[in-house]
Amino acid sequence: MATATETKTAQQGPKLPVLKREKLILNGRSYHWITERICGVLENRQPFLWWLLFLPSALIAAVGVGGGLFHLVSTGVGVWGNTNRVMWGWPIVNFVFWIGIGHAGTLISAILFLTRQNWRTSINRAAEAMTIFAVMCAGIFPAFHVGRVWMAWFLAPIPNANAIWQNFKSPLLWDVFAVSTYFTVSLIFWYLGMVPDLATIRDRCKPGLRKFLYGLFSLGWRGGNRQWSHYEMAYLLLAALSTPLVLSVHSVVSFDFATSVVPGWHTTIFPPYFVAGAIFGGFAMVLTIMIPARFIYGLQDLITMKHIDNMAKIILLTGTIVGYAYLMELFVAFYSGAKFEMEAFKYRISGPFNWAYFWMMGLNVLSPQIFWFRWCRENLWVVMAVAMCVNCGMWFERFVIIVTTLSRMWLPGDWKYYSPSGQDQLLFVGTIGMFLTLFLLFLRFLPCINIAEVKWTLPESDPHHDDHEDHPDEGTEPIAAYQQELSGNETAKA
Amino acid sequence: MSTTRKRVYGYLAEFKSASALYKAAEKVRDAGFRKWDCHSPYPIHGLDGAMGMKRSILPWLVFFGGATGTLTAFLLAYSTQVLIYPTVVQAKPVNIFTIPAFFPVMFELTILFSGFTVLFGLLALMKLPRLNHPLFASKQFHRTTDDAFFIAIEARDPKFSPDATKSLLEEIGGSNIELVEEEG
Repeated sequence: MATATETKTAQQGPKLPVLKREKLILNGRSYHWITERICGVLENRQPFLWWLLFLPSALIAAVGVGGGLFHLVSTGVGVWGNTNRVMWGWPIVNFVFWIGIGHAGTLISAILFLTRQNWRTSINRAAEAMTIFAVMCAGIFPAFHVGRVWMAWFLAPIPNANAIWQNFKSPLLWDVFAVSTYFTVSLIFWYLGMVPDLATIRDRCKPGLRKFLYGLFSLGWRGGNRQWSHYEMAYLLLAALSTPLVLSVHSVVSFDFATSVVPGWHTTIFPPYFVAGAIFGGFAMVLTIMIPARFIYGLQDLITMKHIDNMAKIILLTGTIVGYAYLMELFVAFYSGAKFEMEAFKYRISGPFNWAYFWMMGLNVLSPQIFWFRWCRENLWVVMAVAMCVNCGMWFERFVIIVTTLSRMWLPGDWKYYSPSGQDQLLFVGTIGMFLTLFLLFLRFLPCINIAEVKWTLPESDPHHDDHEDHPDEGTEPIAAYQQELSGNETAKA
Repeated sequence: MSTTRKRVYGYLAEFKSASALYKAAEKVRDAGFRKWDCHSPYPIHGLDGAMGMKRSILPWLVFFGGATGTLTAFLLAYSTQVLIYPTVVQAKPVNIFTIPAFFPVMFELTILFSGFTVLFGLLALMKLPRLNHPLFASKQFHRTTDDAFFIAIEARDPKFSPDATKSLLEEIGGSNIELVEEEG
């Protein structure tokens, strides 16, 4: 642990030329400004645009999810377009789509925390909220897909009169554990991360019900270092637990496919391919909701172009990984010499569902490639357009994987074109409404940016900031081997 | 209100920045206080050392919490699948060689139990939740979650004295020094 005496002796000798880091918070904002601006989002009256988005979203959610599920439960799962062969159809496509969206939140909050990417602090709260809401949307589909939803408790290992236990060898049961663990741990992570910020809001409220509720949920937080010390350890532990968790969840989702003996599914590339795709789709959704929110609430100094640039680069990277996986699937199908595997992929490209395959390829693989150009990453309309392309493209990916494969399996007698029913579409649109409704309520009632962590990233938050004002912290200790190069390098002296 | 007796909680002093708080904390530590705390809007790097605090024991709790999760999942899977009610599905074995198929659930429950241990262990270590605290009676303390840095020295510390502690806080750069009292 660093003590004050160590730091006094640290800064001596010439420094290595190091690129200056871009500032994470622009315009030299103060702590108080940060508090005012972020709390202002939920304390001020919501802009007209908020209502303009909220009312239709809430209506769509009520009709789509409320009405759609009521009709489904009161009639039966036959109202969906699922058939004997395509038994998964749209519901599972939508499940995988939503669960994938959730992954960016945990990636930002956990993996970028462990790798000390401080730019995450401006976006992690909203991304975690998105994770929670996306997993809630995802959970609807398998829960109702079981058919008799009042029997959904059979998924849990509870002793029952039939003395039948769940099959722990089945990836579907692994999925139950993975998704429910993911939701619970993400919720704990999100909530614990929010406690100091809820205390900030509590301390700004006038006495009343609002103050009582924020006070209740901020648990009596006082910001003492005897609390922070444990709190930071807890945050580190949760990040360290969530990192393997986030990788495991979509791996387990991919096991639903990969452990079956179905051509097109039975491949070892699925876990990394699904995880990359999930992060890809999740970042696109983060951009989709954060760019408008940043604009509406004037958060440009907190969520800077640097943040958007970083996210665009991650989309480019993961999009390229996904593209590699698509091509590798084709290559492995060809190289394996397995007849059925080759036929499955030939069917994807040239069969009646090839429109979905080409949408997937175009939207997921080609569209992010324009992020190689700096001006595309700097133009918010382009970024937004690519994010929307990726949102759609990732849905098509799941459609291609599930529907094209199931519609032509081993028995030619089963081969049939698949179309979703109106109820399928209603429920899916309903979950989009539900997601937006929940997110807008989140903006209305909870701090959408992590106030404490953003303050922590300011340069004056370093307790030794004053100690080396004369040599700012932009170089490292000289290494003997580099001295030669340094003497000729003018920037070293600057 | 006027009839209630008040009990002294301690002194609260404000410091102008994170580095001022850090330096002051070292001096309070060296003066030998035990019941005191530094309040800040965000966690300050290295303040644990400046306050003479030990590393959090939370990782130990979480280790045992996580191990409980692994064991729970193993016992749940092994006892139901192998011992009590072996069911042959897809010709997979129902003996000790089934164990690899239990790994995903064992992993997930390890994480789940660890997550809950983090939550409840943290609350226990922070002695939260609590609905009120004497410090909330202070008129300026609410700024600690915004932009203010405070040191609070409690009256129950054996080294506490109404005059000497106040002058110590003044000496190390504290301002707005306030005697915080709680309703008795």
